[in-house]
Amino acid sequence: MTRKQILLAGNPNVGKTTLFNALTGLSAKVSNYPGITVESKRGTLHLPSGDADLHDLPGTYSLNARSAEEQIAFDAIDGGPDAVIVVLDATQLARCAYLLMQCQELGARCVVAMTMIDEAKTSTPDPEALAKLFGCEVVAVTARTKLGIPALIAAIDRTMTKPAQAVWRWEPAPQLRTRLAAIKPTAGSDAKALWALTNIEAREGSPDDDELVISDQLRAAALDKTGLDLDAPILARWAWLDREIPRLIKKPVDRSRTQRIDRLLMHRVFGFGVFLAVMTVLFMSLFWWAQPLIDQVDGLFGWFGELLRGVLGEGVFTDFLVDGVIGGVGSVMVFLPQILLLFLFLGFLEDCGYLARVAYLMDRIMRSMNLHGRAFVPMLSGFACAVPAIMATRTMERRRDRILTMMVVPLMTCSARLPVYTLVIAALIPGSALTQALLMVGMYLFSVVTALAAAWVMSKTVKPLKAKRLPFFIELPPYRFPRLGDVLRMMWSKSSFFLREAGTVILACSIVLWALLAFPRDLPDGSPDYDALIERADKTGNADLKTRFEAEKAGVLVANSYGGRIGHAIEPVIEPLGFDWKIGIGIVGAFAAREVFVSTMGIVYSVGEVEAGDDESTKPLREALSDAKKPDGTKAYTPLVGLSLMIFFALACQCMSTLAVVKRETGGWRWPLFLFGYMTILAWVVSFAVFQIGTLLGF
Amino acid sequence: MPTLAEIPLGRAVVVREVTGGNAFRRRLLELGLVPGTSVKIVTVAPLGDPLRIAIREGEWSIRREEAAQIQVDAPLSALTSDQAKAP
Repeated sequence: MTRKQILLAGNPNVGKTTLFNALTGLSAKVSNYPGITVESKRGTLHLPSGDADLHDLPGTYSLNARSAEEQIAFDAIDGGPDAVIVVLDATQLARCAYLLMQCQELGARCVVAMTMIDEAKTSTPDPEALAKLFGCEVVAVTARTKLGIPALIAAIDRTMTKPAQAVWRWEPAPQLRTRLAAIKPTAGSDAKALWALTNIEAREGSPDDDELVISDQLRAAALDKTGLDLDAPILARWAWLDREIPRLIKKPVDRSRTQRIDRLLMHRVFGFGVFLAVMTVLFMSLFWWAQPLIDQVDGLFGWFGELLRGVLGEGVFTDFLVDGVIGGVGSVMVFLPQILLLFLFLGFLEDCGYLARVAYLMDRIMRSMNLHGRAFVPMLSGFACAVPAIMATRTMERRRDRILTMMVVPLMTCSARLPVYTLVIAALIPGSALTQALLMVGMYLFSVVTALAAAWVMSKTVKPLKAKRLPFFIELPPYRFPRLGDVLRMMWSKSSFFLREAGTVILACSIVLWALLAFPRDLPDGSPDYDALIERADKTGNADLKTRFEAEKAGVLVANSYGGRIGHAIEPVIEPLGFDWKIGIGIVGAFAAREVFVSTMGIVYSVGEVEAGDDESTKPLREALSDAKKPDGTKAYTPLVGLSLMIFFALACQCMSTLAVVKRETGGWRWPLFLFGYMTILAWVVSFAVFQIGTLLGF
Repeated sequence: MPTLAEIPLGRAVVVREVTGGNAFRRRLLELGLVPGTSVKIVTVAPLGDPLRIAIREGEWSIRREEAAQIQVDAPLSALTSDQAKAP
């Protein structure tokens, strides 16, 4: 027997997620709708008549679709579910009831769950009067205490057996009625016909409906709108609501608490201080507090790998398991601390209502670059790591805003670039500690400026990213106490989603990169017999000599590996930037994660194991780099090469994890490829300009 | 007819017409900003934009250029104070 399908619909900020969690318990599963970044949440609802699937629809104010989210909500309700639970916020009755009207026009069997009754207090409308008005069952619920949940479940069970019937509470004008009747055979219903007329536009310029999936037949049928006033249905619905709803509301809702808090938090001076404090804590937690956790994860996988190596003994298979698989899993897991922390913060800030106010405060700045006010938090998080930051773009409603933000977040100076900058500055940039520190600050400023400039340029030139005429309209919801359970559940669903969806791609890429640098495993012809040398050094008890030969062997092997050959092959391309093939290998290795550049260079320069960020362990590498000579005896790496290299790392998308997560969030390879392409070209061009102009000027 | 962007803080006015493209206009209408509805600017963001407006039971952030597409009835008191300022 197929399970009954129940939908949960409602405006944003009405407690829909809390209700969903209360109804489905721990059975909820989060996945993506195929091909798009809209989250689909499904759980099991235990009804007296048997188990049913409960689908949490994206929060929408209306069913008229401009975005993929709204179309999903519309199509699901239009698709003939067994029942639709419409969440009505008792403090926002009219606006929520507008959505209910649209659901009823589609012929859905509706049950109303009235939330926020504890907030509305004595202003709560009478459920019975509401039920009479809308001809459906109305249950007041408080998800926090599960009050009303059994009554809601019983009401759903009863509603499912009722016949589905479209209810229109307004009269279409004669002309509209004729057109609706003409389109109905193609559309299926009057409501879908009206939806098509309202939302489908001619495909010219940049239409507002470009996120919608519309069949050619329906498009052809709905294009002609001559003589129709399509604002009229909206006005007619509101005329009905404005006549009926005020009778149900005895007195206005008391918003004094929110007003008092906002007087402080939105204050020009004090409010800005609070904003800075909140953002500093968010940033610090990602940047510093996550670090011990990341080190723990790193250490754990390193320890486990060595344990396994000890058990299995040396060999190709051991290397594959330890360096490829366990190393790869480790490189996925290191993202977890930051993802967990970021979504813990975001969950609280979103649920208490502050995140919308951050967007309100920052919109003026973000807007000047054609970014959404809500892009601020992801861009700030980008200073720690682009992966969680890209996942955080989901707080934006529109696909265009999300993608534009994803395209510029990887330009922010993430923490993985720091070990590279530190190494290069210490090894190649002369001058006092102050000069070096200023250069580091300069790299941060450079990343902010390029990210903002890139956003502006792309919003003007890349067609899908062009700003649309949709309003920047963010609801500033009343302040509410977040529920820890909801926040933790969101945090968990984001993390498991990352592990499942992006983690697999990252793991596969790690193994490929490992193989590139590990094969072939034979020394090239004509190289010294290192194994014999190492053995002799071992026998004579000369440990230093043994280590030196081992490091040299590793260097020769990596230079001869497939990755090393790529490094050689790209030398002509990177030579104009001042780089040699050794840096080329480093760049190939850094694709796993930027800080891997440091350890790869350590192998290439045969200085033994180098741990990124550890001052003591990078010392031999720093010396090797600053002493490195070209065949003609001149310095291989001048300060100008160092600067060019830092700029290359600032701009290039040397990070497979970023690309994997962008692929997941955009539902295809198109945007990650675009991201990789534009950043690589930008990096090459700017480094080229810096190196060539610098050389001309005699640096 | 003045637009919402020209109305001083805290003064309730009545929406007469929402202009602008279909998608933009209809979104505002659907949120209940229909002609005849009372609307007011509650505060202005510290950087001068966007505006925070109260419509019905909710509060929203809207950009100044978008508020300029909402035509409203000038409140009587605003007109008199403007005229008082005129030389």
